[in-house]
Amino acid sequence: MTRSERAWEVLGGVPDPEVPALSVRDLGIVREVIDHGAELEVVLTPTYSGCPATEVIEQSVLAAIAAEGLGPARATLRRAPAWTTDWISEDGKRKLREYGIAPPHAVAPEAGVPIRILRRAPVVACPHCDSRQTERTSAFGSTACKSLYRCLACREPFEYFKPL
Amino acid sequence: MQASIQVSTKPEVQYLLRIGDTALILGQRLGEWTGHAPVLEEDIALANVALDLVGQCRAVLAHAGALEGAGHDEDQLAFLREERDYRNVTLVELPRGDFAFTVLRNAMMATFFKLLWERLATSTDAELAAIAGKAVKEARYHQQHAADWLVRLAGGTAESRRRVDRALDALWPYHAELFADDAVDAQARASGLGPCWSELREPWFADMGEIFAEAGLALPAAVPFLSTGKRGVHSEHMGFILAEMQQLQRSYPGGVW
Repeated sequence: MTRSERAWEVLGGVPDPEVPALSVRDLGIVREVIDHGAELEVVLTPTYSGCPATEVIEQSVLAAIAAEGLGPARATLRRAPAWTTDWISEDGKRKLREYGIAPPHAVAPEAGVPIRILRRAPVVACPHCDSRQTERTSAFGSTACKSLYRCLACREPFEYFKPL
Repeated sequence: MQASIQVSTKPEVQYLLRIGDTALILGQRLGEWTGHAPVLEEDIALANVALDLVGQCRAVLAHAGALEGAGHDEDQLAFLREERDYRNVTLVELPRGDFAFTVLRNAMMATFFKLLWERLATSTDAELAAIAGKAVKEARYHQQHAADWLVRLAGGTAESRRRVDRALDALWPYHAELFADDAVDAQARASGLGPCWSELREPWFADMGEIFAEAGLALPAAVPFLSTGKRGVHSEHMGFILAEMQQLQRSYPGGVW
């Protein structure tokens, strides 16, 4: 296994600080690991412009690589293309559901699709009982990336990872 | 006491300061709602919108500093300028008012930012285009959220309607500045950095018209008033918000989290 492959494996064990059920790899924010010989470069794409976890993620990524003894590494920020919830892996979506967070719907292709300003909240299946009888209680939740919902069937509240 | 910095008058730097400062001051005003919003959900929502705006501001100011080439970082640009060197539109510095005032201003500004970021996403400046590609998605959420509330308040109780009407009277005269061009816009357009802001006027009125129609509000008539924040000539409220924002950096130079 090459050094970059080992780094990828290590990053699969680094949790996102705000959604610890997911690793930074599941979330799709690790875009590339480049072996420059003298050092490894980990390319990260932030989820939100104002995400307060960005710096923590950088530190924990570098700490995990150092702990594995993979040599010097640095993290670089890549803004384009912008992160989308479509980058959350299938495995990540399953983990979200198990954690009690409804995973995001697929994002419609943007180009040429008119975006309505006023639209109804999407129908979201409850991650606990799979019922579609749910309602949105708040557009924003504990973090910018989630909304609050409640299930009218099993009565449980849950969070929905907003598609972006 | 940390001394003030002087910033280049290069048009590309000024164009970016207008964007970054407008996001910064609106973010600061929305942050004031933390712990004060009418319901917990809106407290969280306004704080999240503020967080996005401050994040967008950081990226834009950092890039303005890079284009300026004088070694100013985003914190120095955000906290160490004199009032006259801030380039935000006056609309965003007005005190936060009541919830109806904040909702209407957010609808006006999120609509503007959405349209601006959409255009900036194709900027010839790759860094600005990348920032915009991210920010436009956030601005869409902000616009939907503000529009939802505007419809609800306008069609709610007599009291909520009265407050929306009052906010409209107070805020509407300030929209004209958003679309008032000058040499900075012309230069940005010529270089491909970004659009003249006047080009956003028509789509802005289309979006606002759609929201107002749903809310049962009429677009107010134009008034002969033009605020001048983009030129650095601010309202009397600007000094107070800067004093609050700058106090820490001025008193403890270079302080970081």
